[in-house]
Amino acid sequence: MKKMNGRILTLVAFIAAVGFLTAITIAGTVFADEAMVVDFSRKNLAPCGQYIFGTDWMGRDMFVRTLTGLSMSIKIGLLAAGVSSIIAFILGTLAATMGKTVDSIITWIIDLVMGIPHILLLILISYAFGKGFKGVVIGVALTHWTSLARLIRGEVLQLKEATYIKVAEKLGKSKFEIAWKHMVPHLLPQFLVGLILMFPHAILHEASITFLGFGLSPEQPAIGIILSESMTYLTMGKWWLAVFPGLLLVFTVVLFDVAGESLRKLLDPASAHV
Amino acid sequence: MLLEAKNISFKYGKDTRQILDNFSLSVESHERVGIIAPSGFGKTTFCKILAGYEKPDSGEILLDGKSLSSYKGYCPVQMIWQHPEQVVNPRLHMRAALEEGDKIEERIIRGLGIEDDWLNRYPTELSGGEMQRFCIARALGKRTKFILADEITTMLDLITQSQLWSFLIKEVQEREIGLLAVSHSMPLLQSVCTRLQELDK
Repeated sequence: MKKMNGRILTLVAFIAAVGFLTAITIAGTVFADEAMVVDFSRKNLAPCGQYIFGTDWMGRDMFVRTLTGLSMSIKIGLLAAGVSSIIAFILGTLAATMGKTVDSIITWIIDLVMGIPHILLLILISYAFGKGFKGVVIGVALTHWTSLARLIRGEVLQLKEATYIKVAEKLGKSKFEIAWKHMVPHLLPQFLVGLILMFPHAILHEASITFLGFGLSPEQPAIGIILSESMTYLTMGKWWLAVFPGLLLVFTVVLFDVAGESLRKLLDPASAHV
Repeated sequence: MLLEAKNISFKYGKDTRQILDNFSLSVESHERVGIIAPSGFGKTTFCKILAGYEKPDSGEILLDGKSLSSYKGYCPVQMIWQHPEQVVNPRLHMRAALEEGDKIEERIIRGLGIEDDWLNRYPTELSGGEMQRFCIARALGKRTKFILADEITTMLDLITQSQLWSFLIKEVQEREIGLLAVSHSMPLLQSVCTRLQELDK
């Protein structure tokens, strides 16, 4: 049998990662009601055939809870990373095209946001917007755009000076044509990959501030809530309450990373050698 | 048509060497002018100024008596660069690069020996010489009145050099396009050009 080439393997990895994440999201949404079911007749069960992740002290099925929590995290991640990357794109492009003053103002804001520890700023913003879903999304969106904005700014600055862009101007191409035909093919891969690689950050930060109590409210089945609640029961030997949700969270983050990296290799083959 | 450079002075940045000092030159449509100078004497810089890529510190570029910058849209003075890999977008097919030109005729593409298969490749999948043919073709659009050839065949073997140059000479003669050729090589300029000019300091 002929060996599969790297490109096809990468494509398979990308599709598998995206497929799996979609499946988690859909499953979590479908089972959302089941995750809330409390049944004291089955409390504190260790993992078994029927409840593969076990049950907690209120008899809730941890597998379903974990799935729902993760799907919530993924949705928050999508929304926050989406908003964040739009901010990044707009600010990055403005910085590169609107002249020196605008550039130094935007660069200053980037440095400012980057200079404050993420988690601190996140907690402040989330708290100011009243915590919960809204607080988390706004918090994550407002803190994660900086590195992508910097990347896009650099890329646009470099493109503006590229000889082939100047040649296109002399060939009578309009600014719009140049932006569309010459700049978009360079920026789009960077943007998409940046967007996807932002998800794992967003998800982890969502989980951490929820864990610390500044994020989603306790009745929601979020990964951060699951982990912080299970802290009490860990010492009582209920290891499954933290281990499985924790592992699945790590797995999700890794999958997003795989998806992002393989997309980068597919869209920008030259970068695979770096 | 007449392309004139009048008293051009130029240097990059404030405290740098004066590259061009009060240099003047005029080229007519039927002429093929050769510019000769050693390395670092501003041959490429002069081409860039003449094609409108750089603004001279003083002096002006006139096309038929009108300032070159007053021609909006397609610039009638087209430059062919020394390094073709810098002037094509690495993310676009060569077909797209060619389509950027001003209605490039099939005759030109054939005459330069561009093969159909090359059109569907990316720049990195072509050799320098193959890429340079595209750049020459792209510069020979309908509205081109002057061609500035900046060391366009330095990276090629002699046979290919002579093919490209004989095509280019035939083309500019037929269409009455003025040609300004820049090179280190005296023999090349002597066989290509109708007149030689030194770019003196």
